[in-house]
Amino acid sequence: MTSALLEANNLVRIYQIRRGLFGKPTPVRAVNGVSIKLMPGETLGIVGESGSGKSTLGRMLLGIDPAQSGEVKFEGKPMAPPGTAEWRALRARMQFVYQDPLAALDRRLTIATQIGEPLNIHKLIPKEHRAARVEELMSAVGLRRDQAGRFPHELSGGQRQRAVIARALASRPRLLVCDEPVSALDVSIQAQVVNMLRDLQEQNRIAMIFISHDLKVVRNIADRVAVMYLGQIVEEASSDVIFHSPRHPYTEALVSSVPVPGKILEGRRILQGEPPNPAKRPSGCAFHPRCPLASDICRTSAPDLRSIGNGRTAACHLVPGETAPVAA
Amino acid sequence: MIPNLVELRSLRVAFDGVQVLHGIDLDVGRGESVGLVGESGCGKSVTWLAALGLLPGKASVTGSVRIEGREICGGSRHVLEEVRGGRIAMIFQDPSSSLNPVIRIGRQITEALAIHRRLHGEAAKTEALRLMDMVGIPDARRRFDLYPHEFSGGQCQRLMIAMALAGQPDLLIADEPTTALDATIQAQILDLLVQLRAETGMAMVFISHDLGAVSQVCERVCAMYAGRIVEQGRMEQLFAEPRHPYTRGLFDAIPRIDGPRQRLIPITGTVPNPKNLPAGCAFSPRCGRAVEACRSDLPNLEPIHDGRRLACHRPVPVVSAPPVRTRTLEAV
Repeated sequence: MTSALLEANNLVRIYQIRRGLFGKPTPVRAVNGVSIKLMPGETLGIVGESGSGKSTLGRMLLGIDPAQSGEVKFEGKPMAPPGTAEWRALRARMQFVYQDPLAALDRRLTIATQIGEPLNIHKLIPKEHRAARVEELMSAVGLRRDQAGRFPHELSGGQRQRAVIARALASRPRLLVCDEPVSALDVSIQAQVVNMLRDLQEQNRIAMIFISHDLKVVRNIADRVAVMYLGQIVEEASSDVIFHSPRHPYTEALVSSVPVPGKILEGRRILQGEPPNPAKRPSGCAFHPRCPLASDICRTSAPDLRSIGNGRTAACHLVPGETAPVAA
Repeated sequence: MIPNLVELRSLRVAFDGVQVLHGIDLDVGRGESVGLVGESGCGKSVTWLAALGLLPGKASVTGSVRIEGREICGGSRHVLEEVRGGRIAMIFQDPSSSLNPVIRIGRQITEALAIHRRLHGEAAKTEALRLMDMVGIPDARRRFDLYPHEFSGGQCQRLMIAMALAGQPDLLIADEPTTALDATIQAQILDLLVQLRAETGMAMVFISHDLGAVSQVCERVCAMYAGRIVEQGRMEQLFAEPRHPYTRGLFDAIPRIDGPRQRLIPITGTVPNPKNLPAGCAFSPRCGRAVEACRSDLPNLEPIHDGRRLACHRPVPVVSAPPVRTRTLEAV
């Protein structure tokens, strides 16, 4: 069995927020004990609503956001403390792609310069080969050679995101964390970029964490999907399974809330209420105030994430655990 | 014959001499719900901003906008203000930037009631509470005096809808009302819009790039591309069998949540720059079915036998679901 490329155990991130100028700082558990495991070349989708902690988790996996507790292992070794030279060298092998490409690019540098920057920073290849490598990267993401001298504002949104991805790939990373990489793009362009990411990933065997609120996109790019609610993973399964037969009531509501073109509003499970404020976590299961099935135990005790068979996990009192082994 | 509620005729808009809207003809009947779909920059929002005189001064708007036969395009401020809010209300994508952050929510709603319905004092407050209740704000009485930042994004959108309903409009224009919201909240707001339309009988124009959301709330759909309507028909008709290659491409590009995991089918290329639109059909450079004629002659939006309107020289043949999928994907 191959070993995991990335392993995170029990990550916790607490932010301190103040209400008003002189208010007492209140701790907010943005990420509350999350463990994940990613194999080389695998794609893990992370879905959830705003405030579920999915972006914080993405940053923590790369060490950009420090964890209060828990640890991240990359290629079997604990990650070097952020900011150290060792960590910086490691960052060449794990890259981040943000939602807004215009904010991620420097407006005063041409895209070719920016795509080549990681090569300079990490001193990966001799100077004389850099231009050729940049050209290769640009063609890999579908940018034309004559666009090398363009500035970010001269490109369309889709082209900018391609440039950001080319830059992320420059250092031949083994892990790519993408935070809503296609959410700002139009559907027709979104499909182009998603296909491109999938091809690049397959060709180069890059593992990917794909964070998105768009279930439709995640379904078509991820091998496995983790659903987050209020800083915790509530269900995890392969993407073929989780969208077809969600088990956690929240996943079920999330899947059912996706409007399908050509189908009229009927028989959908519309969740009442809103995601709770992470500063005021409900007791017991964090989802119970919105859960149509909640019973007494849900209000008092928080369910653990446990195996429910077939390689799936769920954190819900009402989903039976793996008591009876599934007949093969 | 009863005139339509709103009739747009050859509505054109240019910004600094650059034509962005190339003659829109669109009718909205009483109580009808019409969806406008298309990618960013196709002119779906500009159409209605222009119709209501909400574009900045540098925009030149020509054509005709009639409300129950009465022309309002280029009308005086007085004429327009009677229409805006009173006959036609509009809600936008980002509710928190449409609400005044330093005024209590109750006052903002009663202000709309005072302007459009001349309600004041207790009567206005009672009506405002009724509206807040109607759009599903729990515990309205206690929250009447809160500021917008004390409400969540979904609730702010509900409050915007309450303010839009204050003038008892005949037509509600919802411009991407659910785009900024979370999936579960989006479903709630769509549900609310459907329910309100059933209760009040108002007409609705739903502008969105999300074809899924449009199909939840609309009876008729117009697909727009580069400042023109390219296809228009009943929702079921258009969604079951899009005939314009662009509409077809839009449907194919949407990732599916059911069925097997598969490659997406993008539309190649990008939306043209309005400053130099291609000759002929604006979609021809991206179209897999384009022939010579498409690159030289602009197709008009003509009615076809099944009742829809279509602007295409080579529409997708009927019963042709599989062939479109074989189009070569963009090489990467």
